Amino acid sequence: MTKLIVDGKEIDVPPDYTLLQACEAAGAEIPRFCFHERLSIAGNCRMCLVEVKGSPKPIASCAWGVRDCRPGPNGEPPVVNTKTPMVKKAREGVMEFLLINHPLDCPICDQGGECDLQDQAMTYGVDSSRYAENKRAVEDKYIGPLVKTIMTRCIHCTRCIRFATEIAGVPELGAIGRGEDMEITTYLEHAMTSELQSNVVDLCPVGALTSKPYAFQARPWELIKTESIDVMDAVGSNIRVDTRGREVLRILPRLNEEINEEWISDKTRHVADGLRTQRLDQPYVRERGRLRPATWSEAFAAIAKRVNALRSKEIGAIVGDVASVEEVYALKDLMTRLGSPHIDCRQDGPAIDPSLGRAGYLFNATIAGIDEADGIMIIGANPRKEAPILNARIRKRWRTGDLKIGVIGEKADLTYAYTYLGAGPETLATFVKHDRAKLKKQIWLIGQSALARPDGQAVLSMFAKAAISVGGLADGWNGFSMLHTAASRVGALDLGAVPGKGGLDAAGMAKEDALEVLFLLGADEIEVEKGAFVVYIGTHGDRGAHRADVILPGAAYTEKSAIYVNTEGRPQLANRAAFPPGEAREDWAILRALSDPLGAKLPYDSLADLRRTMISAFPHLGKLGEIEHADPAAIEKLAKLGGKTDKAAFASAVRDFYLTNPIARASAVMAECSALAAGRPRQAAE
Amino acid sequence: MAVRRLAETQPKDFAFTPDNLAWAKREITKYPEGRQASAVIPLLWRAQEQGGWLQEPAIRYVADMLGMPYIRALEIATFYTMFNLEPVGKYLVQLCGTTPCVLRGAEDIRKVCQRRIGEQEHVSADGMFSWREVECLGACVNAPMAQINYDYYEDLTPENFEKLLDNLAAGKNPKPGPQIDRQFSAPVGGPTTLKSVGK
Repeated sequence: MTKLIVDGKEIDVPPDYTLLQACEAAGAEIPRFCFHERLSIAGNCRMCLVEVKGSPKPIASCAWGVRDCRPGPNGEPPVVNTKTPMVKKAREGVMEFLLINHPLDCPICDQGGECDLQDQAMTYGVDSSRYAENKRAVEDKYIGPLVKTIMTRCIHCTRCIRFATEIAGVPELGAIGRGEDMEITTYLEHAMTSELQSNVVDLCPVGALTSKPYAFQARPWELIKTESIDVMDAVGSNIRVDTRGREVLRILPRLNEEINEEWISDKTRHVADGLRTQRLDQPYVRERGRLRPATWSEAFAAIAKRVNALRSKEIGAIVGDVASVEEVYALKDLMTRLGSPHIDCRQDGPAIDPSLGRAGYLFNATIAGIDEADGIMIIGANPRKEAPILNARIRKRWRTGDLKIGVIGEKADLTYAYTYLGAGPETLATFVKHDRAKLKKQIWLIGQSALARPDGQAVLSMFAKAAISVGGLADGWNGFSMLHTAASRVGALDLGAVPGKGGLDAAGMAKEDALEVLFLLGADEIEVEKGAFVVYIGTHGDRGAHRADVILPGAAYTEKSAIYVNTEGRPQLANRAAFPPGEAREDWAILRALSDPLGAKLPYDSLADLRRTMISAFPHLGKLGEIEHADPAAIEKLAKLGGKTDKAAFASAVRDFYLTNPIARASAVMAECSALAAGRPRQAAE
Repeated sequence: MAVRRLAETQPKDFAFTPDNLAWAKREITKYPEGRQASAVIPLLWRAQEQGGWLQEPAIRYVADMLGMPYIRALEIATFYTMFNLEPVGKYLVQLCGTTPCVLRGAEDIRKVCQRRIGEQEHVSADGMFSWREVECLGACVNAPMAQINYDYYEDLTPENFEKLLDNLAAGKNPKPGPQIDRQFSAPVGGPTTLKSVGK
């Protein structure tokens, strides 16, 4: 520990702290533009100047270590002042230089109201300019469909370059030219390809990089901010949903060190326009082959007419990828009351059996656990596409060194170096009778594509065996980690939304004439063949709604208070930010209302009642934000299952990162990103 | 200095000649494994020597060769003014326009350049010359001066500078260094002190 006197207050800080961190620890506020806790230190904005006793010049505190401070003549601790007139004058000088070339366009700037430069100019700015010469003007650059550039506003902090290079791992941004002519751009203005690129908008301390889809939409002070949870992947990134009226205008990340730190993927952020288009806002009933708008009671009557004439074995339900645990619980309850064993949450058909225990389908190592890992084996997954935030975490760990990464499956650019071991189960088989590796904290990561195949169960069993024999399970460490792609999956598995005794799985239910009536709870990734009478409860006019005989319009994830369980098994509460459009209702309420005419009335009249019933049956769902660690015995059970694997290579579960769910498919922004990613020419010029 | 941009018309591709490729491979081995990108400046420079100017495909070629992102190589090419991002004449005149040279008559040399060659950063019609004004090249004692390709030509006057250009255009090899009666940076017209020494 190093002793320092900051503004007359003696503090003790770790020797690896910078002066800026030490000053913050002492309670002093240090203005900054280029410094960011999660990026390397650049030290080029000079806004964080402080006075160090003994130094003739002010010092950039972000780039000065506390152990570099010289003690006083008699060994007194170094003295740092952050509030002296000299410091103020120095910072005012820096601010004046920054403002020389910064345009006075705050009234038309999207950053207005949440701009670091604007805020700090309130303290350190002067009200007039002494600069009479021409201002610098910079051509705007095209760097992709998500980030809009107004480069004259750039103050050259290089945060965006450091983010792209260090965190995203796709070094596409750079600074060309020098001095006054320095410009931030990509190589010849190609679009950025990172799935995390939009985070540069949050990082930009001025309005040089702003969100293109959100351009000129709203001012930050007009927006109502609601804390929520993302459902675009199974990571459960913490987000803030900004709404005006009933419209979701933008989605921003929220700090959660254990999950997404302060980043979110582009899909999470820019799916907002998908919440507005293709929405189902009233019930529909199919008559003579055509869907016609109907009232709720007509729709319920149509369903009741079919269901009440049937035996329970002829009814089934498939849970989609963005369903919350409340509605899955209500649906499961309804199916139980109707006496049907046919329910499944595994649309894509991975061989996961929740009856063996929770540890068999969780990301047991946890996302924060990646930081401690010393070896990662990735099998049948492309984390960059399936969970970009988790991939960024792996990259973060990889950058600190001493991390062995092996990949079995698709050979893709994951933004970090890895050893490619092979493509399919034969390679995995070589690890089943393998010596224990010396690595103490191994993560064995398996993706959904390795399980969603005919030999899925055998692969999972082999994977468990390999993880055990190489040493993925140790005292106090469970490295068996399943990476899910659907936000609803872990919650639904926790609730046991899988076929009961004699029940059909999702693929079986979707087969021609398998069932008489099939409920789809937002299930759009599965092709239901002809025969069944399909009731679709969901939000968007996607595949499920096209196939449906009755459509019951539901609420999207921003329109309901709901609990989602992420791939680690962490339940998190998403708050309601807006109301569902038109006559659409919250999904649990639809199921509750529908249960009455079906003669299987669900015993809860409010969401609180439902939650109380659910949590008393599944107590871990009530511990919001916490992970209930699962018993690793389940993994041993998995290992014993055995089975015969075939030779097919593993692929990635996500083919098109931008179009994985009905909300994203309704989004024009995602469609453009997807087209761009596929290398097709960009459509719809601005 | 103004914003420097890549030339608008670019060749389709670029590749080192076998000799240059061998040289480049040797150059890369000077740096430890994983630090090959350190060779970027020599390689870009050789690419510029081969092509006459630094072509865009050459930037990508060098970046690929060193396993670095294109933007990193572009940053370097645009940072250093020694990389000519646009075509230059066979002889590139870099005229010093800093104070000592201006005091000693660089403005007159500049006028000769404008009359003989044309606008700054433009190649003359015959492709022989282009010129630009640069900051101090460190030969103030022999001001005014200009750097033409690899050599310094000093003590310029409009007359001897025109003759110099004529000679270059005619394919002769004019003597670099002072263009008047001066040895290196010794006084004009021979030594003025220590005359007795060494006789």
